[in-house]
Amino acid sequence: MSGLVLEAVAPRRVRERGQVRRGWLPWLLPPLVVLLGFFGYPLVLVAAQSLESKTGEFGLSVWAEVLGSSEFLDAAWRTVALALGSTVGCVLLGTFLALVIAFVPFPGARTLSRLVDTVLAFPSFLIALAFTFLYGSAGVFGSGGFLYSPWGVLLAEITFYTPFVMRPALAGFSQVSAAQMEVAASLGAKPGRVLWRVILPEAVPALASGACLTMLLAMNEFGIVLFLGAKDVTTLPTLIYSKGIVTFDFPQACVVAMVNVALSLVLYGTYRWAIGRGERRAAVDAA
Amino acid sequence: MLLWTRRSKAIVWTVFGVLFTAVVLAPLVMIVLASFAGQWTGVFPSAFTGSHYADAFSGETFASLSVSLQTGVIASAVSVVLGTWAALAARGAPSRVRKLVDTVFHLPIAVPSVVLGLALLVAFSRPPLALNGTRWIVLLGHLMILLPFSYSTVSAAIARADPLLAQAAASLGASPARVLLKVRIPVLLPAMSASASLALAMSMGELGATMMLYPPDWRTLPASIFALTDRGQVFLASASTVLLLAVTLGGVVLLGLVRGRAAQR
Repeated sequence: MSGLVLEAVAPRRVRERGQVRRGWLPWLLPPLVVLLGFFGYPLVLVAAQSLESKTGEFGLSVWAEVLGSSEFLDAAWRTVALALGSTVGCVLLGTFLALVIAFVPFPGARTLSRLVDTVLAFPSFLIALAFTFLYGSAGVFGSGGFLYSPWGVLLAEITFYTPFVMRPALAGFSQVSAAQMEVAASLGAKPGRVLWRVILPEAVPALASGACLTMLLAMNEFGIVLFLGAKDVTTLPTLIYSKGIVTFDFPQACVVAMVNVALSLVLYGTYRWAIGRGERRAAVDAA
Repeated sequence: MLLWTRRSKAIVWTVFGVLFTAVVLAPLVMIVLASFAGQWTGVFPSAFTGSHYADAFSGETFASLSVSLQTGVIASAVSVVLGTWAALAARGAPSRVRKLVDTVFHLPIAVPSVVLGLALLVAFSRPPLALNGTRWIVLLGHLMILLPFSYSTVSAAIARADPLLAQAAASLGASPARVLLKVRIPVLLPAMSASASLALAMSMGELGATMMLYPPDWRTLPASIFALTDRGQVFLASASTVLLLAVTLGGVVLLGLVRGRAAQR
């Protein structure tokens, strides 16, 4: 998932020029066939499967059954609440950590920011596993049942996704000119005012895209919930897993999957829009 | 730069130190500590042992590591080749087609990996292609997760590359195949290598789709680690996780070296 963060940081050209080559269609077909065959076609079948009841009739009966079940509603609510909570936590924590690295630097700050880049490539279940030793019944802050409650999952997600906000935040902060801050400070602005009026407005696009990305990833998070909350905390992805693999109820799993895809498409659209806005701003600044 | 007094700096640094430790350092330290733990009933392990690593290097766990590595290498290689191909082919298409292809190739990012796993199960448990229960379905799942990232990285590099280079080569009489092999692809090598290391890291840690798809004889290391924690063998799980991270970082560093040499040419 770290690819998304890298993509958000590297400014792409706003106007892309290119020549139309003759015979482009035959060249484009092979990769497109692979993508449509192994991604598009399966998704279409999921949609079709969700409309087919156990007796093989076509209709919305499975949808009605799933959408009305308390199991689904609980999972959907829990997914959205966890995603929102993680995003808020990550943005606050990530912005603070990035602010210190960028504007109150200390020896070794660059090494730390490189460490953050490395952490981005780690799998999320690592955090869940580490948490059993940090907050589990035996461990540094032994606290019994907390770990397997929604709060434990929330804390794990905030821990895992904070670097995903730090990375774009650091990139955004690097565009704030030191001269601008010094002018504001020399005119008598207190640090809080410099932060609020000079630094944050500059970094808003980067922070917004980081927030959207975190929310998208947290909503689709599977590893952390599977490792920690398998018993009491169910989210949409783990509901799909248990319906698909444990009880083999494919039609119901497909309905939940469609809802999950719809939610994450909305978020992904917002994310692309936020990046696009950031780029347009960068283009205006450059001109 | 933002704070000048010594006291305010000290306060901010202390808060930073505590939070950074909790978020980034503590989880890593805990995993490494647990991988050496012989017994852990108090705050910290009471005895240390290397036997978990001996276990991790033998039997089931080691087989899983080998499966993960094979899956990672094959899936990343195919994904980089296909992603580069698609990005280059899209570049030559009319702009409307290019935008459409761009959107289509980015779409898998927005689909949760568990849903992708379910979709592949639904589609390939039936004819014409009954892949369910074979290792190919795991490889396909990984490929579909990696492909949008490879496409995106290489496509961004193409947008930054200087089109005049290829045009100059063509105007000097080089055939399209020669321009492709001698000019356009070498320019993209650093981006291809970067996307390969990203793909490798993602594939080695992939869990969502794999949990839906893996057959008994092709279980990747993350799936084995989950099985271990489920059985309560958390120390062996930690040792396996450290092993997974070490192998992943090794692969990424190796690809970085290739990237360095490609950039020098």
